[in-house]
Amino acid sequence: MANRLGQQTVVLDKPAIILGGAGIVGKKEGDGPLARYFDNVIDDEYAGEKTFEAAESRILMDAYVKALEKSGKSPTDINLILSGDLLNQCTAASYAFRDVNTPYMGLFGACSTMTESMALAAMLIDGGSVDYAVCAASSHFCSAERQFRFPLEYGNQRTPTSQWTVTGAGAVILGKDGQGPKITAITPGKILDQGIKDSNNMGAAMAPAACDTITRHLMDTGRSVDEFDMILTGDLGKFGSEMLRDLMRRNNFDLKNKHKDCGMLIFDLETQDVDCGGSGCGCSAAVFSTYILDMFRQGIVKRILFIATGALLSPTRMQQGETIPGIAHAVLVEA
Amino acid sequence: MVVDVMKAFLLGGCICIIGQLLVDLTKLTPARIMVIFVVTGVVLGLFGLYQPLVEWGGAGATVPLTGFGNLLAKGVIKEIEEQGFLGVFTGGVKSAAAGITAAVTFGYIMAIISKPRIKS
Repeated sequence: MANRLGQQTVVLDKPAIILGGAGIVGKKEGDGPLARYFDNVIDDEYAGEKTFEAAESRILMDAYVKALEKSGKSPTDINLILSGDLLNQCTAASYAFRDVNTPYMGLFGACSTMTESMALAAMLIDGGSVDYAVCAASSHFCSAERQFRFPLEYGNQRTPTSQWTVTGAGAVILGKDGQGPKITAITPGKILDQGIKDSNNMGAAMAPAACDTITRHLMDTGRSVDEFDMILTGDLGKFGSEMLRDLMRRNNFDLKNKHKDCGMLIFDLETQDVDCGGSGCGCSAAVFSTYILDMFRQGIVKRILFIATGALLSPTRMQQGETIPGIAHAVLVEA
Repeated sequence: MVVDVMKAFLLGGCICIIGQLLVDLTKLTPARIMVIFVVTGVVLGLFGLYQPLVEWGGAGATVPLTGFGNLLAKGVIKEIEEQGFLGVFTGGVKSAAAGITAAVTFGYIMAIISKPRIKS
């Protein structure tokens, strides 16, 4: 059985092994610095489907199939799929997995969905409820525009925003046995709301939550920043990352050069006209499932704290003048 | 003709610059900016301040949304003069009928023949 350490951290008795992962992205992401790590780049934003929502389900499905293939598992080996996305009713995931004959549970953690699913799956594996699980998340620029702003069909002039929703999906297969990096501990995050109202400034809304979860993890485990090869956040972007460093310093933790952000890794901020970086559940999911797992394979990293960050904003509540609640869940991944 | 085109370009461009500045410098959503433009046109039209712009710049003043607002105001004023109080309700849409119908018709046609994509 797992042990709870301190207030929030759970140390797993039987680590969950990441058997393999896959990431599929859109064209803009495929033009970015991580291009060669992705399993496939979809040039057409419809991915051969009729709608953007169907396209998002398609890339999520492709990531799932590819992750199974790379892990040497078949769909019948899987006991549970934990997946989610940014759309109402978890549309992309629900429709992607409707024809897969495997138990499925939909998750919504906004852009924190990937670590939310990995944390839950790791605990289920540790407890013996599940032998093999799929953890997956997706986002699509065009479906996110419809969900949070205006449908592209409407042809609205887009308000200049600092972050760009990543078109992409990532999936990892977790198992009780096998070869691969292990999830050895998790720290679920609390919802923190610092009163940010600007939905173009989601990095600032999420940074306090990331800071809280990282600080909690370090204090619960008694580890120092130096003991990690990387502290990887989901999609704080440029300003959110700066804010995180400042907030951590106030808690007497210096992140030094250990901190990386998936949103800043996936695009070239200088040339790709994305200002602050990428966002969306697909961002951290695709980056972790490909580039980061590759770093483990190459032995470049041995211990990473992966914290996907989510802005739990509701467009309806934003129109009613509400603020943006932030959340961040951490999983500790070790070689 | 060339002078008229230049004038329309200048005036229309100036009105659009205001819109662009509102997009860039404020947190107003595009929908709100459009409503502000229409209402501004109505108010300017009510006091007869927009008509001189139309006479000087032609399409540069009538095509932007402020022109639509001006048209609503003009229509209401005209209908009130002819029909009385009922004109408050009928005038605006009557005078803007061509524009509204054209927007719906061409919008529908474009929706059928085109497919939205990410700007590249």
